[in-house]
Amino acid sequence: MSTLTAQGAPGADLSSRYYVAHHHPENGTLLGFWIYLMSDCLLFACLFAAYAVLGHSYAGGPTGAELFDLPLVALNTAFLLLSSITYGFAMIAAQGQKKNATLAWLAITGLFGAAFIYFEVYEFLHLIHEGAGPQRSGFLTAFFSLVGTHGLHVSSGIIWLVTLMIQVSKHGLGEANLRRLMCLSLFWHFLDVVWIGVFTFVYLMGVLP
Amino acid sequence: MSAHDHNHDHGHAVHAHGSMKDYVIGFVLSVILTAIPFWLVMNKVIEKSSTLGVVILALAAVQILVHMVYFLHMNTKSENGWNMLALIFTTVLVVILLSGSIWVMYHLNHNMMPGMAQGVGASAQTMRDMP
Repeated sequence: MSTLTAQGAPGADLSSRYYVAHHHPENGTLLGFWIYLMSDCLLFACLFAAYAVLGHSYAGGPTGAELFDLPLVALNTAFLLLSSITYGFAMIAAQGQKKNATLAWLAITGLFGAAFIYFEVYEFLHLIHEGAGPQRSGFLTAFFSLVGTHGLHVSSGIIWLVTLMIQVSKHGLGEANLRRLMCLSLFWHFLDVVWIGVFTFVYLMGVLP
Repeated sequence: MSAHDHNHDHGHAVHAHGSMKDYVIGFVLSVILTAIPFWLVMNKVIEKSSTLGVVILALAAVQILVHMVYFLHMNTKSENGWNMLALIFTTVLVVILLSGSIWVMYHLNHNMMPGMAQGVGASAQTMRDMP
């Protein structure tokens, strides 16, 4: 790799050494974060596999067709999609060094995320109240594990987002904060990708006769 | 120094930048690709559920690609291609994991519990009637 040769040859080309010193750490962070996301992707793949295997083990209990409320899922999907594009707008504002616009878009993103979590918790409580809790059947265990893990990820994303809003409002849009915003951007859009799998594979295919 | 560093316009900076146009195109495409499967399922447009299942899975696959390109800014150049390599490796693992699990467990159920094959009409009913 070019970076190794540049470091291994002292006094070779000063401009390339300067370039390496200032740019490699930033890209290292993003690549490392991307690899973390890929490992997270494997975690979700395991949960999807568990759902694929157990998704029809109703144990005499309620089925997906009886339980799932598709309009609510559609609403939640809309919240997550909207939060994805508003995060994109926050990133564009951050690249343009517009601090207030960045904070405003981040706040809107956080509100959409919170609305998503609110309706998901509402759905979970409703299911448990109806006696369709995670201990009812293999299907419901797999359902709560998969959807709950995604919900936990979104919740951590919201905590991270609030933390970053405080950071940005205190320290501005410096190099470090832009890097953090970029990592959260990857995380947030990645969760949206996982949700595509969830609403298709769990909810839409779950209500098919 | 912060603003200065980000104004360089060279190869791997592409990863960090998405234009307004990219986000809007991605958003419009994903709204369409989300609305179609919900509409298909909620209005029972396609009678046969196996066909419908394949159609909505295909739409989901396209939507994941749209998100990868327009929101996650995936391309073969970012991080000298290491991002793409990690993604391809992960995709291979995910495919092995999912198809392997489904394949093995289907045959396990089929061979070990012949009367209780999951979701097969009458036998599903027998399973429900069990204590």
